[in-house]
Order: sequence, then structure tokens, then C-alpha cells
Amino acid sequence: MQLLTDSFISAILLIASLDPEVLSIVWVSLKVSGISTFFASLMGVPLGFLIAYGSFKGKRILIICLNTMLALPTVVIGLFVYSFISRRSILGSLDLLYTQKAIVIGQIILILPIVATLTIAAISRIDERYRKTAMTLGANRWQTACVIFREARFGIIAAVIAAFGRVIAEVGISMMLGGNAKGFTRTMTTAMALEYDKGEFILAVALGIILLVLSFGINLIFNFFQGRTRA
Amino acid sequence: MKRRNLILKAILPLIAILLIYGVVLGEDKTIKMATTTSTQASGLLDVLLPELEKDTGIRVKVFAKGTGAAIRDGIDGNVDVIFVHAKEREKKFIREGCGTKRYAVMYNDFVILGPSDDPAHIQGQSSAAAALAGIAKAEALFISRGDDSGTHTREQALWKISGVSLEVRKTEILKKGKKTEICFAFPENSMAWYISIGQGMGKTIIYADEKHAYTLSDRGTYIKYKYGRKAGIDLQIMREGDLFLNNPYGVIPVNPVRHPHVKHELAEKFAGWLISPKAQSLIANYRLMGKQLFYPCNF
Repeated sequence: MQLLTDSFISAILLIASLDPEVLSIVWVSLKVSGISTFFASLMGVPLGFLIAYGSFKGKRILIICLNTMLALPTVVIGLFVYSFISRRSILGSLDLLYTQKAIVIGQIILILPIVATLTIAAISRIDERYRKTAMTLGANRWQTACVIFREARFGIIAAVIAAFGRVIAEVGISMMLGGNAKGFTRTMTTAMALEYDKGEFILAVALGIILLVLSFGINLIFNFFQGRTRA
Repeated sequence: MKRRNLILKAILPLIAILLIYGVVLGEDKTIKMATTTSTQASGLLDVLLPELEKDTGIRVKVFAKGTGAAIRDGIDGNVDVIFVHAKEREKKFIREGCGTKRYAVMYNDFVILGPSDDPAHIQGQSSAAAALAGIAKAEALFISRGDDSGTHTREQALWKISGVSLEVRKTEILKKGKKTEICFAFPENSMAWYISIGQGMGKTIIYADEKHAYTLSDRGTYIKYKYGRKAGIDLQIMREGDLFLNNPYGVIPVNPVRHPHVKHELAEKFAGWLISPKAQSLIANYRLMGKQLFYPCNF
């Protein structure tokens, strides 16, 4: 109990003092997670759309594969990307390892399946009649897609939220590909892992509290775009 | 026939009791130890612990982490004994009543590693401190453990005597209702070349190797990574054999007054065994890739 109250007050102390190190950690976390969520959504939403509306051979298998990728451990992704960008491998000359870019690459791989599968789910739930009505009213394919997108936006934004939550809370990829370098690739989660390793539990929990508060704020923004639920 | 049955009936409970007794007894002789990654990663414990069990029947559950975390485990009473390398902090651990006594077990040394082309030209420097000053002057990349481990503690001490002006970063947190500061020293204005990564020794060596950077390491982990892996590393020893690079290891049983549940007697026995002639000669004769890693204190 003492740990929790101490941590809570320490979190307030950290925020109140605008500790430059904490600010840098928070900024790196938000920036990296934001960028990877943006790119993953840019690819994942259209991909989900195409899969949900396309009718092609192997569609079910593809969906099963995407669903399986939801279970991909961050350590596996980390190792996979590492094996491409470490100094002795193919892309070694790009000097990507232990940079924010490396984290973004890994995180996109992590959440692309989340965005795609949840988009498929969101769109599949939209009544077929919307599409037919739009088409009988003379909408072309692009306009029909827009109608469906509008109808499915609650679910699609939920997909983006889930993806963002996954990356901001993720520690394996950030640690392996980012390397937890102070001021460069130290994120909130790697900082927490470090404080735990050092035995400074209070600072670790305090950072966790800050992370939750930030996530709450970001979800408020998302909620604004989501609009009201129909249910 | 009946008689055999009777004997069986009499013997079976006996066996059962013996078995339970044995299990309980076996469980009783297991202690928990928090130690630094270097003792485990070097393979030394794999040699010592089986012999310990043979001699005393004590089994040790090993939790390997940074020295800071290992000491923390001792403070919290999560373990019965700690085996670490940060002498000043070990003394403090005992002063604060967390441990009973420090037994000096062995020592090895730290080495300053760097890329073979030595961009900061520190190979000719007269001392470890001068070598660090050279790195700072050349603003050559330096990777710091930054995890409050024994190696990190030593690195900060080395910077202090190197004459490089330091910056101390303080973070204020609340501990047991009291405001406490966590301090962290590093060279001033070193944003561009001093990278603190907060990871274990092995990861830090790989990081330094990837980035063509300098770092401070214990000799054991370096040898393990340099010669014990297929991939190998380019890093080479730039400075060694300096008085300030000496790295003593101590074992401390956790104080039973503070944590009545710890198996203090067994922990004492374990510590006593570690400094016995047999264990000390095992330590002296331990070789990794043909190289001696640890030097016993009582040999």
C-alpha cells in the first residue's frame, strides 16, 4: 500500500517539477507510438477494407493468418528486425539499430495485424443493405466505400485505439531495437523496466501512473472522433 | 500370504513418512540468492553450486540481476543471501542492518573496451581515469550501463577521479513518506557522445560493438562475449590492470533480525563454504576459454 501511495505522490512530484528527463521520455514514447500507429493505420485500414470487401481465393486463410499474427511476441519481431539491421547484416550500413526508426519499424509489424483484423471485423458488421442502397442511389465504388467507412468509423477508430494502446504499452521491441538510450530511445516502458531492474520500484510505478494518465487524455481525443455510439 | 500383506501395510506408511520427511528436508536445505549477472553469465556458479551441494547438501536458487536490484532483493528480504560487487554499497547494506557480515570471496577486474582503431587514442594513456578523460576530450562515443549496477557505480567513481566536469541529475521521489533524491552522475554536456542505456553488461557490450564505442566492462563478461560466441565482437581491451579497475566480490547473508523468515544459518554456511580452501581453489582454477576470470581472496 505504501508503495502505491508513495508512487502516486512521486508521480505528481515528477509532473509538477517538469523533470526534463521525464519529459523527454514521455515525448519519445508519444512520438514513436504516434508515428507507428499512423503508418500502421494508413496501411492496415485500407488492407482490412480490401479484405473485407474483396472476394478472392484464400480469403479465409488470409484472415486466419492475420489473426495468428496477433499472437506474435514482441521478442520475435525484435529479433526478426534486428537480424536485418544489425551492423553485420544486409541493412547494417543504414545504421538503423538503436534508433527511433528501428522501434517504429518493429511496432508497425506488431500492430498492422491488429488494425487490419479489427477493421475487417468492423466492416463485416455493417449491414449489407447500406452498400446496396448506396449503389442503387447511384453511388460509384469510391462513394460506396465512403458510406461504409462512415458507418464503420466507430469500429475502425476502435481498431486504431487498440493499436495505439498496444504500442505505447509495449516494451520488448523498444528495448531490443531502441536499446533504451537515455534521451534518444528511452520510452516510458523501457524506463519502467530499467527502474525495476535498479530496484527503484516507486519511480517505476510513478512512470506507469503517468503513462495511464496520458493514455486517458489521448483516448478522450479519439473518443471525440469516434462520435456517439449507436447502441 | 496374509503375513506378507501385514508387512507391506506396516512398511508402506513408513516409506511414505520417509518420503515426506525427505522432501521437507530437501526443501529446507534450499536457499535463495540474488547475485550479479557476471557470476552467472561467466559460468562460475555452474561449477561452484554442484560442489556446494555435494559438500553441504545446500541447494541454491539463483536470481541474477544488476547489483542494485540484487541489493534491493536483500533489503526486501526476498532472498537469503546476496553475492554482489559494489563494496561501498555492500558496507552500507550492513550498516543499515540489512545484512550480517560481508565475506570477501574473490575479485577480478574491470577493463575499458573500445573499437580496435581507437579513435580517442586512449591506449597509450597512463591510467584508467586518464583514458576516460581522453574519451571525453575526443568526444568519442561512450556507452554507459546506466542501471545502477556495480559496473555503473564504478564507472561513476572513475569519472569522478578523471577530472572531467560532471553533471549530477537528481530525481525527487517519495520513499516511505520521505522525500528522497536519486542521484546519477555523468559528464557535463555529453549529450552527443555519452549514451546511457540502462541494460545488462552483455547488452551493453553488444551495443558498444554495434556503435563502435567505448565502454567499461568486467573482464569475465567481455571474455564470454569476445571468445564464447560464434558472432564475436570487434571490441578490444584499451586499458587494464589499473588499481582503480579492481573489482571485489562479496557475499552477505541477509539479517534474520530484520527478516525472521530468511534461512540465515544455511546462508552463513554457504558463505563459509565459499571462502573455504576447496571453493577458493575451484574459483582459482576456473577457466573460460582458457583464461582465468576470478582471483580468490583467501587462497
